[in-house]
Amino acid sequence: MSHAAVMNHADRYETGLTPGWGKLMMWLFLCSDAMSFAGLLAAYGAVRIFGTEWPVPAHVLDVPLTALNTFILICSSVSMVWGLSAIKRGSQRGLVIWLLMTMLGGSIFLGIQAYEWTHLLTHETHPLSIQSSLFGATFFILTGFHGCHVFSGVVYLGCIAFRAARGGYTRENNSSVEIVGLYWHFVDLIWILVFTFVYLI
Amino acid sequence: MTHHEAEHKEPRYGMVWVGLLVLTLVELWVAQCGMPKIGIVISLCALALVKAGMVAAYFMHLKFEKYALILIVLSPLLLSAILYVGLMPDSTTHTHWLPPQP
Repeated sequence: MSHAAVMNHADRYETGLTPGWGKLMMWLFLCSDAMSFAGLLAAYGAVRIFGTEWPVPAHVLDVPLTALNTFILICSSVSMVWGLSAIKRGSQRGLVIWLLMTMLGGSIFLGIQAYEWTHLLTHETHPLSIQSSLFGATFFILTGFHGCHVFSGVVYLGCIAFRAARGGYTRENNSSVEIVGLYWHFVDLIWILVFTFVYLI
Repeated sequence: MTHHEAEHKEPRYGMVWVGLLVLTLVELWVAQCGMPKIGIVISLCALALVKAGMVAAYFMHLKFEKYALILIVLSPLLLSAILYVGLMPDSTTHTHWLPPQP
């Protein structure tokens, strides 16, 4: 392949030298986003170890419901990866269906999160809020920051699904689908960590 | 085009899914099994890292990417560890925040 052809391909497709710019840049963004979450989680850990009165999370939060929510997000990650697999085999219809399923999973996650937040904020005897306690502050900020990521992920998936429905992706041209998949799996990965540290430990 | 992906078989996503489900259930059991707190914390951290690793390796395809990219992606893990170690003295020093009473 000529040097010029390699340079033209390098911005989208993998070559011997790069994984493709789009993919690389998304990974770099995810690394910086991971550090944002790391900062929040480190602050949560530091404050919790320091604090003498920290409620048992299982007594305040609905752990089984959130475990179900975690499972739903994992399922949406699976549907995302099946969507990518479908377009790699050339199935545009499969891609659109699995992208919509992924968006559905993300939306259900947000719905359950909203239900849980409402229940905690409007509790009759012990309402929990950002101002009520450090536990409340760390809980709402961590889950809220993550929830913003899920919401923007659903919007991002919608844009890709819209383009996919118009036939924008093919067996050869699907790096954008892989890239949105990276973002969505990252959101799932962060939730796995947040669920463990906030709800279980 | 995507030469790299053509060189290996697609991972069995269904198996990874089942693995993640099983690990989630194990986490739920560990959280309330009654062993000493330090054991629970270490087990849950390990389980969470394994689950996160599975998502990164198989769903995000990292296992089949170039080694340099894997190193880039692992750097936040190292940096987060440094961040937390840096905060440890603050969180374990029991300094009273209230002014001394007269």
